[in-house]
Amino acid sequence: MTASAPAQSVKRRLATPLLAMSLALAGFGAIAALPGVAAAQIEIDIDKGAVKPMPVAIPAFAGAQRGADIAQVISGNLERSGLFQPLNVGGVTDKLTDVNVQPRFPDWQATGAQALINGQVTVGADGSLRVDFRLWDTFSQQQLLGLQFTSTAENWRRVAHKISDAVYERLTGEKGYFDTRVAFVAESGPKLARVKRLGIMDQDGANPQYITDGSSIVMTPRFSATSQELTYMALRPTGSSIYLLNLQTNRQETVGRFPGMVFAPRFSPDGKKVAFSVEKGGNSDIYVLDLRTRQSTRITTDPAIDTSPSFSPDGSKIVFNSDRGGQAQLYVMNADGSGVRRISYGGGRYTTPVWSPRGDYIAFTKQTGGQFHIGVMATDGGGERLLTTSYLDEGPTWAPNGRVLMFFREGSAGNPRLWTVDITGRILRPAAYPGAASDPAWSPLLD
Amino acid sequence: MSFDTKGAARLALIGLAVASLAACTSRPKPAGPAEPVAPQQPAPERPYTPTTPAPDPTPQGPLPGTIQDFVVNVGDRVYFDTDEYTVRADAQPLLAGQAQWLNRYSSVKVRIEGNADERGTREYNLALGARRANAVREFLVGQGVAASRIETISFGKERPLDPGTDETAWAKNRNARTAITDGAR
Repeated sequence: MTASAPAQSVKRRLATPLLAMSLALAGFGAIAALPGVAAAQIEIDIDKGAVKPMPVAIPAFAGAQRGADIAQVISGNLERSGLFQPLNVGGVTDKLTDVNVQPRFPDWQATGAQALINGQVTVGADGSLRVDFRLWDTFSQQQLLGLQFTSTAENWRRVAHKISDAVYERLTGEKGYFDTRVAFVAESGPKLARVKRLGIMDQDGANPQYITDGSSIVMTPRFSATSQELTYMALRPTGSSIYLLNLQTNRQETVGRFPGMVFAPRFSPDGKKVAFSVEKGGNSDIYVLDLRTRQSTRITTDPAIDTSPSFSPDGSKIVFNSDRGGQAQLYVMNADGSGVRRISYGGGRYTTPVWSPRGDYIAFTKQTGGQFHIGVMATDGGGERLLTTSYLDEGPTWAPNGRVLMFFREGSAGNPRLWTVDITGRILRPAAYPGAASDPAWSPLLD
Repeated sequence: MSFDTKGAARLALIGLAVASLAACTSRPKPAGPAEPVAPQQPAPERPYTPTTPAPDPTPQGPLPGTIQDFVVNVGDRVYFDTDEYTVRADAQPLLAGQAQWLNRYSSVKVRIEGNADERGTREYNLALGARRANAVREFLVGQGVAASRIETISFGKERPLDPGTDETAWAKNRNARTAITDGAR
């Protein structure tokens, strides 16, 4: 896959990544890039899983409004990635009151920080915020990034996420994933009478909203490529439905009526199709619905359980799980159902395959030895690695950079929680949502 | 409607008779000479006619044909092996009893709910539960129950019976329940 060599991409000149950051749709104003500077002296090789996180200083941004809040959101993001260790720098005498003045580097070197992120918030006449920030290499004393964002006052968190993404990309060579949202199933009540509501929140747990009221069992929400739509499944005693929910208009439709159950929906990467399972007479097969023509096509016909379809990023292939070989294993086929071939051969049961948005890996849930694992393998089934182990780990979803997974873990006491793990398996931690939750779905990067 | 109040009061005691008599009185009189209608005996066949206001009979378990009768006297749930959906030999007598009961109460409709334990992922378990529900459906159809009276659904692992995390709990949670949706007394 492209950009697989972090050391190379770190050396890119500033202009390239900055141009990619169009903010027009989100109510943000223009970005001004400051002149680029010399190549970074510091970098993180994300593929090694950062055994020791990089110490960074992120003092409160200068200015009247939100300066401390923005620094705090950036700190939280970078810290949760496991690649950075934000330091407590409240006692540093250099107060950085003007973003256009060079920091006093010896002060920051003394904290042990390898990188310094500072900034300044200015309030416009219309109440809008202008946020300038700089990323410095404290030891080489070089500026690595300089960016300016303008936004409405209430969008300050997104500014902080975009700064986090820019810093992450500059220092790791990989795209960030902080300006994203997560759809999930919020769970409450005892295990025998669990109430499940569709939820959506910022990736850092902020701004949680609950979309359904818990009267039906909802599960498996998934984003469209534009992040504007969700598809999910709702289960009632009288039957199941797959919904397509437009998050802008709150309008909702179903994929249509089928004689049996429908479940396991997922959008194609271009958002024009939905693949899902239809059960009839006890047999589950995979169908693809063309959202424009409303025609659905059955693409598997095996009497086995065929479910959990997930498209490759170019839309040409689908990975799914099937027990046609005796127990659940992973199979890849062309998007029209032709050319089916098995890709997993290990012992145990493989389910919930999800193709990485970068196309290089397939993540899955594996059951073996009485335990559940989240794992990754190459798209031809090679190089399988199990990243987690517990009583119940299930349902991985990729961060848009294809280097971090979110999943849910349920201990023997019930109460599922959202967790993240990087593809090396070294950085495993709870996600930033305080309640019981399952079935996370990570959005693409927001516009 | 005009029948004498004394008769109405008497008939009211005999629930089953009321409907047929009312139907009789409201029938339009045939024009012209008609065959003499055989005198209608109120409630010619009554399974149970108290001659005097008697005390309620002592409860002898659920009334036949009720949901409780089905659940208590027949059994509404059968269990499955791990990741399997064939009806086990030890479940067949119970399902045969379900079929017999359903054949006796032919207006009853059922929904078979397939369930899975939590040792599987959500989507796979929905499919597995559907297989189990369908296996029970096919068994009942094979015993003469009309397919049109049976619907199926899978709850996957969403409706556990036992919250435990050991084989005993999982074994309980791998089941198919036959739920009466209509037509019971």
